[in-house]
Amino acid sequence: MNLAYRDIRHNLGRFLLTCFGLSLLLGVVLSMIGIYRGLVEDALTLVRTPAVDVWVVESGTRGPFAEASRIPGDTREAIARLQGVSAAGSVTYQTIEAPHAGRKLRLYVVGFEPGRPGGPDRIATGRSIGRSHYEMVADRRSGLLLGDRLELGRDTFTVVGLTDGQVSSGGDPIIYITLLDSQELQFELAPPAARREIARGTGSGNTDTINAVVARVSANASAESIAEAARRWKHLSTMTQAGQETILTRSVVERARKQIGLFTTLLLIVSAVIIALILYTMTMDKLREIATLKLIGASDRTIIGLILQQALAMGVIGFGFGALLITTIKDYFPRRVLLLPEDGLALGAAVILVCILSSALGVRLALKVDPATALGG
Amino acid sequence: MNNPGEKIPLVHVRNISKHFGEGETRVDALRDVSLKVHPGEVIALLGPSGSGKTTLLNVIGCILEPSSGWISLDGEVVYDGRWLRSDLRKLRLEKVGFIFQFHNLLPFLSSSDNVAVVLSLAGFSAAESKKRAVELLDYLEVGHRKDAMPANLSGGEAQRVAIARALANRPRIILADEPTAALDSQRAGIVMDLLRKVAIEQEAAILAVTHDEKIFDRFDHIFQLRDGCLEAQSMDMDIDRDGIRTRKANKPSA
Ligand SMILES: Nc1ncnc2c1ncn2[C@@H]1O[C@H](COP(=O)(O)OP(=O)(O)OP(=O)(O)O)[C@@H](O)[C@H]1O
Ligand SMILES: [Mg+2]
Repeated sequence: MNLAYRDIRHNLGRFLLTCFGLSLLLGVVLSMIGIYRGLVEDALTLVRTPAVDVWVVESGTRGPFAEASRIPGDTREAIARLQGVSAAGSVTYQTIEAPHAGRKLRLYVVGFEPGRPGGPDRIATGRSIGRSHYEMVADRRSGLLLGDRLELGRDTFTVVGLTDGQVSSGGDPIIYITLLDSQELQFELAPPAARREIARGTGSGNTDTINAVVARVSANASAESIAEAARRWKHLSTMTQAGQETILTRSVVERARKQIGLFTTLLLIVSAVIIALILYTMTMDKLREIATLKLIGASDRTIIGLILQQALAMGVIGFGFGALLITTIKDYFPRRVLLLPEDGLALGAAVILVCILSSALGVRLALKVDPATALGG
Repeated sequence: MNNPGEKIPLVHVRNISKHFGEGETRVDALRDVSLKVHPGEVIALLGPSGSGKTTLLNVIGCILEPSSGWISLDGEVVYDGRWLRSDLRKLRLEKVGFIFQFHNLLPFLSSSDNVAVVLSLAGFSAAESKKRAVELLDYLEVGHRKDAMPANLSGGEAQRVAIARALANRPRIILADEPTAALDSQRAGIVMDLLRKVAIEQEAAILAVTHDEKIFDRFDHIFQLRDGCLEAQSMDMDIDRDGIRTRKANKPSA
């Protein structure tokens, strides 16, 4: 006869309600972990999508994401000529807001040269950009659909393809347009004074500027040797893909990462305390029954079994339901929630551990209880 | 210490004292209590409230440690200034059945499972425990309530289930604290007859606290506690069994 199961069945409503509360709590913990992972993952999509080895940016900056970087448009040709470079492409990055269907869309615009590195890696539906003007590939997160038309600057762009999960480190959905279109857009959106200077051909401005050059290295060369070779141009600086990824996770999203990390830790501690309290009171409520069990001759093992089994049942059901809940609703979060199986397993293991430790508290209490308390009227 | 030819008592306590607290708050619940109960005997324990009846039962049932004295249960010395067994619960499971004034049934088990749980703790198979539990409930005329939860039982039904639980393991020592308080006099009589039957059939000793004058005639002896002392004539252990009766009981011929 399993006493733990019988007791749960007798108070089924209460037990399930407690499990439900626990599952909400654990669901929140899981989603926090997912948000943390999602933030880092989102920050890296932008750097990883072009699948390149070397980033060339303005000298003295750590661009193009951590700091602003502007370099001349002909840099790409110079880099492409370097020994060991298999492909190179110019890219621009800018954030814009554009009206669509009655509201303002905030978008992260990537300008790239079709056929060269820098564009989207995978098109989910539709096609890649085929014409040199007024076509765009947008991410689904923007809410744009195939065939939608969107006004950017003075021109109207048509959505020809959609990507999945492409967002900037700030969470804005990415759209891809051609380099020429993006340069035009940068010019149109520049302050009027700068624009006048550029049009006159005077001053520092020039319409043929880009933010970075991305390059792939052939199999027999190394990213470091290319970076070394590119140092001869004093107005450029070069970094490897790994370097760029580090900059993104370490600087761009560092504060947000730490904030969420800290909050997740706090939440974990709070959950542990709550689980411990729930299990402790669960035992407190049963002391009289435990005293009766002792009186009729139940061994310590029987009593420990009763408490431990209930604790584990609660932990497992609470965690299982919480995980189910969060997997179901995670896609409705405004930003990516990335649930890794190893995170789930780690949390599950932590919950089990907390359950065991906190039932140890209850067990201590239960073993101390005097069987004579069962007699009291 | 026993007269030659005398049966070994099932319950034998000598010079038991028990006090709670110290100094100002000290309460002497039992003072130098000695008594013997032999197999087949049904003993009533009488006394005003606070006289130490429950305390005495708890000491005999190894629930409460006395302050001093000597206890032997079923021929085994279990207390001699300290407990001589570390597994008092196993001792209780083997030898002692408790019946309380408040039934103390486990609220999450049905009537029959409340009885069966004792048997399964003692190592009986689930089927066997259940079978014997239902038999016992039938025997106590609550078989029809075997699937009811304790919360849905009347006081008398709950008490009979509790008695079934106390009897389940065929203990040779049954300690009952006002077992019939919650029953009407007819039921109380049935219960006492049943306890007597158990005492005879199982060679058991029954020690019951009671206030119920209507059932006095069903006891072999009546011991009186007053302020923690057993009444003089009841305490004298070396007197012949008939000599310590405070009242002649009309014992059924057994
Ligand atoms: N755990 C305890 N701590 C302190 N004093 C106690 C404790 N248990 C009992 N006492 C005291 O010991 C004395 C005897 O108590 P006991 O419960 O044995 O009386 P009783 O004869 O069973 O009374 P009643 O008929 O009311 O049940 C009382 O004065 C009581 O207050
Ligand atoms: Mg009492």
